Amino acid sequence: MELTGSQMVIEALKREGVKTAFGYPGGAIMNVYDEIYKQDFFEHILTRHEQAAVHAADGYARATGEVGVAFVTSGPGFTNAVTGLATAYMDSIPIVVISGQVPITMIGTDAFQEVDAVGISRPCTKHNFLVKNVNELATILKEAFYIAKSGRPGPVHVDIPKDVTAQIGKFEYPETISIPTYKPTYKGNTKQIKKAVDAMRHADRPIFYLGGGIILSESSDLVRELVSFTQIPAVETLMARGSLRHDDPLLLGMLGMHGSYAANMAMSEADLIIALGPRFDDRVTGKLSEFAKHAKIIHVDIDPSSIGKIVRVDYPIVGDLKNVLTQMLPIAKEKIDSSKYENWRELLNRYNQIHPLGYEDNGKNIKPQWVIEKTGEIVGEKAVISTDVGQHQMWTAQFYPFSYPRQFITSGGLGTMGFGFPAAIGAKKGKEDKIVINFSGDGSIMMNIQELMTAVESKIPVINIILNNNFLGMVRQWQTFFYDKRYSSTDLSMQPDFVMLSQSFGAKGYRVETKEDFEKALKEAIESNVITIIDVVVDRLENVLPMVPAGGTLYNMMLEYKD
Amino acid sequence: MKERKIISVTVLNEHGVLSRIAGLFAGRGYNIESLTVAPILDTNFSRFTIVTKGNTKVLEQIVKQLYKLIPTYKVIDNKEVVEKEMALVKIPLDMNLSGLDALLQGYNGTVANSGENYIVLLVADDSKRINNFLKAIKKYNPIEIVRSGSVALEIE
Repeated sequence: MELTGSQMVIEALKREGVKTAFGYPGGAIMNVYDEIYKQDFFEHILTRHEQAAVHAADGYARATGEVGVAFVTSGPGFTNAVTGLATAYMDSIPIVVISGQVPITMIGTDAFQEVDAVGISRPCTKHNFLVKNVNELATILKEAFYIAKSGRPGPVHVDIPKDVTAQIGKFEYPETISIPTYKPTYKGNTKQIKKAVDAMRHADRPIFYLGGGIILSESSDLVRELVSFTQIPAVETLMARGSLRHDDPLLLGMLGMHGSYAANMAMSEADLIIALGPRFDDRVTGKLSEFAKHAKIIHVDIDPSSIGKIVRVDYPIVGDLKNVLTQMLPIAKEKIDSSKYENWRELLNRYNQIHPLGYEDNGKNIKPQWVIEKTGEIVGEKAVISTDVGQHQMWTAQFYPFSYPRQFITSGGLGTMGFGFPAAIGAKKGKEDKIVINFSGDGSIMMNIQELMTAVESKIPVINIILNNNFLGMVRQWQTFFYDKRYSSTDLSMQPDFVMLSQSFGAKGYRVETKEDFEKALKEAIESNVITIIDVVVDRLENVLPMVPAGGTLYNMMLEYKD
Repeated sequence: MKERKIISVTVLNEHGVLSRIAGLFAGRGYNIESLTVAPILDTNFSRFTIVTKGNTKVLEQIVKQLYKLIPTYKVIDNKEVVEKEMALVKIPLDMNLSGLDALLQGYNGTVANSGENYIVLLVADDSKRINNFLKAIKKYNPIEIVRSGSVALEIE
């Protein structure tokens, strides 16, 4: 089949089963947009900023597990997309970003809207391509989708010069592909798995440390089975929220900087850590020399470079978590006696009772945590939840009752403010039967507020709940704790009227100052099914607790702050 | 404890692969002592020989991160290798060169080129011996010295 480069792009997306793509046109990508106009098998959502297009593709991928797709033009179109690529890279999210480039003949001449795009995206993508020959385009696109979703997933960037999009070439789209230099290890080493189970059998105080790999590898069911059979308690990272049900009696909550007391104590006192797909992030470990000091460590990860990168590992297992757990379960069932860990479970339950996760409701101001709990009560499993970054993100992770994988969409590794709203738009396109709620702050929401137009125009009913404390709250909290309350550039008292702002975009806005009004607004927003901002005035000086200060030890949590 | 390590990497010989490897070292703060690259005959692969320094944990990460790059086919480390690097030294002819012959012989060196005013010496040996040679040659007031990176071949 002979096609132009642009037609090949469309045809490749069709073969990959892409139903929704996000993007923003411009000079170098116009030929492709012309073909997008002519086709009707996938929907193109026009965002109002390239960063949002990539976050939307990312949110779509996180919500569905499928590869998200975004189009941007060359130069500034591409550089705007970089934050989106880096966000997806840090959290191992499969997306393909296709950018226009100036014609090959002009590359290197400092042409209009020229930038060395592959040079920029190299350190923040799993892989990238500059297409120099139209006859290679089909294979490159096939490889891009394959690389994005196989092994440890990640973003792939394909840069296509404008002349290549116009040239005619042979289109042979391979059904399957094998890249001789890229062979991820899927199956775990049986001997290692047996050794790991033996370690579990001999341990007195084992703990499951559950990471984002569980969500990425779709192995939540297997993890639930393993946890429930062994009766070994578990802690979750931010990225693993929803891998166990929130009400699982063995789940001690989230660990790390804002983890629960019981979760962090469990890590500190365990004699065996069974790490399933986490990456020992510094926000999780705290001071490394004190981290899990008494424990042997089992680490399962599909990426060998993740193992041993931060901490020494006693039982490394490279492989796809789903395969490894399938191999591990029957051995565990044969060898492990769950009654062995009874004292340990009791101790951890006691820790949970001594310092449960909570907050003081003084009845005067609305507490941000209450808003999240209430939302959970009202929508629970019916909603997919995204967040921006900051205090509201940590409160959401702590207080929302997550029940299943892919229910929680948040920028963990990169911590990208402005991620939540466009990601929610993407998630809603992927999960139209779910209510999609973005918890944001008055700082974060302003970083992609223009996406109100996208949501209104494309009729994507996302509910934004702003926990408005007139502060850049998380930075303010650090200033309170560690900088003698010198609130340098964190007072955000100067704000738009979010109700009028919503209205001006054709969305619905609520300003809420009482609990009754919040419930009313949320219920109305759910029923009306229109794009909504609920601006909730919350207690200005509420802090996220517990807190392990950066570089501190997990067992030395700040449990309260007294002024 | 920092230790020196020679790593051989076989990669697809494609656009941008040098900058992928150089970028990996720069971006993650790894050390490159020397780097040599050339295509492998009759294939579409290139072979990099990288000499680096770091503690055990860092060296382990370097190998894993190199392997993680999509165009990387093979990473060889921890093998016994024969290692050679090359030095070219330009010596002025207007001075007493007695003893130079013996020195060259000691290092299996040759005269690569001789002109009216200077000669160019060539020595190929392992890194340590090149260091020694360059120390010894100082007394002949070399005008210019160039030194290559290492190439290495496993010998098992």
